[in-house]
Amino acid sequence: MAPVLTVKDLTVRFALHQSEVVAVNNLNFALEAGDTLAVVGESGSGKSQAFLALMGLMAKNSTVTGQALLGDVDLLNLSKSALNQYRGRDVAMIFQDPMTSLNPTLRLKQQLGEVLVRHKRQDKREAERNAIAMLERVGIPEPAKRANAYPHELSGGMRQRVMIAMALLCQPKILIADEPTTALDVTVQAQMLDLFKSLREDFGTSLVLITHDLGVVAGVADRMMVMYGGRAVEKGSVDDLFYDPRHPYTLGLLHSTPHIAKRAARLDPIQGMPPSLEHLPKGCAFNPRCALSFDRCLAERPPLTEAGEGREKACFYEGPIAYGKVA
Amino acid sequence: MNQTPINLLEIRDLRKSFSIGGSLFAKPLTLTVLENINFTIRNGETLGIVGESGCGKSTLGRCILQLLSPDEGQVLWLGQDLTRLPAEEMRLRRADLQIIFQDPLASLNPRMTVGEIIADPLRSLKPDLSKKERSARALKIMEAVGLLPEMINRYPHEFSGGQAQRIGIARALITEPKLIVCDEPVSALDVSIQAQILNLLAELKDEFGLTLIFISHNLSVVRHVSDRILVLYLGRIVELADGDEIYNDPKHPYTKALLTAVPIPDPKLARLRDIDALKGEIPSPINPPSGCTFRTRCRFAQPYCAEKRPRLETIEDGWLVACHRWREIEMPAEVVSKA
Repeated sequence: MAPVLTVKDLTVRFALHQSEVVAVNNLNFALEAGDTLAVVGESGSGKSQAFLALMGLMAKNSTVTGQALLGDVDLLNLSKSALNQYRGRDVAMIFQDPMTSLNPTLRLKQQLGEVLVRHKRQDKREAERNAIAMLERVGIPEPAKRANAYPHELSGGMRQRVMIAMALLCQPKILIADEPTTALDVTVQAQMLDLFKSLREDFGTSLVLITHDLGVVAGVADRMMVMYGGRAVEKGSVDDLFYDPRHPYTLGLLHSTPHIAKRAARLDPIQGMPPSLEHLPKGCAFNPRCALSFDRCLAERPPLTEAGEGREKACFYEGPIAYGKVA
Repeated sequence: MNQTPINLLEIRDLRKSFSIGGSLFAKPLTLTVLENINFTIRNGETLGIVGESGCGKSTLGRCILQLLSPDEGQVLWLGQDLTRLPAEEMRLRRADLQIIFQDPLASLNPRMTVGEIIADPLRSLKPDLSKKERSARALKIMEAVGLLPEMINRYPHEFSGGQAQRIGIARALITEPKLIVCDEPVSALDVSIQAQILNLLAELKDEFGLTLIFISHNLSVVRHVSDRILVLYLGRIVELADGDEIYNDPKHPYTKALLTAVPIPDPKLARLRDIDALKGEIPSPINPPSGCTFRTRCRFAQPYCAEKRPRLETIEDGWLVACHRWREIEMPAEVVSKA
């Protein structure tokens, strides 16, 4: 099956006062229909910027180059009005903080209905009816009553459900979720992740899950892309990357994550901290934090190359990377 | 230190409420945040406090430190009731009880240098020390928390979140406290930095013989650091037990639900797991459900759960649970614990 989204050489630059920062550098990936892709990384890895760029949600001082092919349409090469045809209809995005993403002055039925009026040319009454049906689908109790509420009247979990409902109204091919559960309690998070899974089954939506939480990734995603310093450093199936990581950064992230079922005396974290994009280390951006780095890593940047079936890594080290070897 | 009794701190019948709203024509509403809180903290342990947002876990930490005054109840520090301590005595006592906050940058004064921030508690609590001595102690603590000596004259904005949290920890440690309340100390940090700070806290605990109260909504983190875990729901203790035991065999349905909702970073286990997600959300503490406050989300609830509030009973040595039905209900073993 052809991928629903193919991103080629995506690069996002920001012009600063006297310099330039490359937030996303030469990113390539494909999203298969019905798949869930997890994009994992720490602050400044470029994981959010890459997808904000796809949605045309960029700051004024940015330049975006590359291609993002949705079918044969390049999202990065569209005028704003042409992009508006696709945003919300074919590709929808939800964010970490649902309160700041909803319009505080509109009732839910108004802000949800607007999407359908605009994209599906439904009349207002029909749009509101469909909005209420979608609120029910995402698990909002008494949807007809809640549709009259304003965002501030809802709890955080309910607001995130409203965001998801809004994103799904046009049954988009792709739903991009940027840290959708980070602000939620575990119990509500579990409800949300369940919801994502069932939505994928019901609507066949492809999901991009941007997160730093490997626990969330393990439960929901099929494939995974690890980003560091604006670049993809490892890509592959979730099982491959969790059970047999080939990039020391992926392994380091796994060892930094506490596991509720396995209590270890000490975690084995990556030393140091994520690099500033303004001063990326020479060679491999991860080399100052990597216990396996050698001469070549300091001089040359490892390209993303095939590392077994359906997986890629950007690392020169070829030996086995094992517990305790990293960090 | 060997003379220190087993129980460092004893909380008895603690209650805290806030009054909200209220105007010329409207009576204020009473929001009871904590009620009937009874537990002890043993010397040298790490006690984890968990619960959903609004369950009162941060308020409890603040009531222990007397940053908030409880409405009722006692906070006994080595037998001495802190709630009745005159202000000046309490101020001096604060050398023993310190706190670390969630947002590391927001909790540092942007106009003070790192050295000034870390040494500041000494100015108030050890006024006899000379400036030189204060800065010598600051340097010593900075080394212990992994900050470089040359950072002493820098300002907070020059630091990342993880380093700022190290500064916060250094400031708490400099008074040589016995107890530190850590209120979501790693929630704002990146995964790799979070692990570094957790390891640092564990090392410091051993080195300085600290007792920690670790408040977090992240159960994986709490399980990792805690000897015992206290579970709060709507301002009441629902369960308190040894960390390993409560994980392997939770007695309260809420504890069980919380534990199974935690995502596990292991794809095969995660797929196997049948998450019995709790329905709905935590009810409003302004108008809590009658009887057992958890009954509205509990799948084992019976009509009588609405009538009587369950007592917090001791079911084994040091294992407390507040549920009418803990004896009868069979909760299927968690698939993860067998892994």
